[in-house]
Amino acid sequence: MLQSRPKGDALRAPPPYSGAVRRQSFPRGAVSVNEQDSAKRAEWTAQLEAVRDRQDQQAFAELFRHFAPRVKAFLMKSGASASFAEECTQEVMATLWRKAHLFDGTKASVSTWIFTIARNRRIDMIRKDRRAEPEDLPWGPEASPEQADVMALAQDTERLGQALATLPEKQRKLIERAYFGELSHSEIAAETGLPLGTIKSRIRLALDRLRHAMT
Amino acid sequence: MTMKQIRHHLNDALLIGYSAGTLPEAFNLVVATHVSLCDECRARMHSFDAVGGAIVEGTQVAELDEGSLAATLALIADTAWQAPVMEHPAQPGLFPAPLRDYVGGDIDAVKWRRVGGGVSQAVLQTAGKSTVRLLRIPGGVAVPDHGHKGMELTLVLQGAFRDESDRFAAGDVEVADDAMVHTPVAEPGEDCICLAATDSPLRFKGLLPRVAQSIMRI
Repeated sequence: MLQSRPKGDALRAPPPYSGAVRRQSFPRGAVSVNEQDSAKRAEWTAQLEAVRDRQDQQAFAELFRHFAPRVKAFLMKSGASASFAEECTQEVMATLWRKAHLFDGTKASVSTWIFTIARNRRIDMIRKDRRAEPEDLPWGPEASPEQADVMALAQDTERLGQALATLPEKQRKLIERAYFGELSHSEIAAETGLPLGTIKSRIRLALDRLRHAMT
Repeated sequence: MTMKQIRHHLNDALLIGYSAGTLPEAFNLVVATHVSLCDECRARMHSFDAVGGAIVEGTQVAELDEGSLAATLALIADTAWQAPVMEHPAQPGLFPAPLRDYVGGDIDAVKWRRVGGGVSQAVLQTAGKSTVRLLRIPGGVAVPDHGHKGMELTLVLQGAFRDESDRFAAGDVEVADDAMVHTPVAEPGEDCICLAATDSPLRFKGLLPRVAQSIMRI
């Protein structure tokens, strides 16, 4: 992952790709919806790792076809025009490629990580101010994530999404508005009732392990 | 900085605001600095980011322009591949990376200005109405009487202070709304260094801060 490669060699032409055929190849009905979604999420992690480790264009194209339309919708719901959202989406997805080496599946699922990139892009475009980011945690070869942890976090994120979908309409809308940037910090109620218990504990555990490995 | 025993944390509303990207710049700095010191709040921050991820995942899709992927690949090809680097690396010293970036160095790079009673401050440059400053309060001295509207967020970096509600030591953050009348007093001993953000410009009313002995119970 650290070795350099000749500039631009893997990027001359987009690979041939048939998204529609591929998308239909998910075995609908063969597994339950939950299992299918979990499998898909785990797949996104694998694809992002392929981009990170091998600059894999095919994997990138798959991530793009799933996430770019969602990122664009997110930016439009945050107030961007369609053409501006398109431009920003392309930049967000290019950032995903460039910063793939910073992805850590024990702290964020792929959708979470893409959200943070899109959010930062939105801050850049709407506001000109800087955004302070927390200090990086130490990382190195010792801290390479366990695949089991990555899978578990991906599943937690999946469950969080389901829990969010089943919240009472009013509460869910309020949370969405907060994330689309429609609420100021003083309008966000402290008590959100978001079911974060499991996911928080798992991330906390990953941080503890990382700290432990570094001392 | 090493992890400390932190007893006072950020609330959910601040972490959601940070995660959603809607906090004023001054508050972002205090949140990012606290999260750098506090794994508990870092885990909560990542959890709130996961909520954002779930919202993006669950949203309806927008139609992309034709040739969107090709345009993105062209964008990627335009930039040279760079070796992985940490973006906000830790360094030895008192200030976590985000604060060091704003100050332009560690504690010895701060340009202090006296506000009276031995208390010094350094206002950090941020956009918008909200303001953020470093405060240095000698042991035993009270923070000068200051008026603020809205929320005040105070993170202790060194030493400790007490007010009517509790004790706040290094790493702790106090969230005070405008309804709260409090008189923070630095504990005897080393200078108390704090990072404080307020919703509106903060003005010290007088040059004579109240001293520890004269705290009124309000």
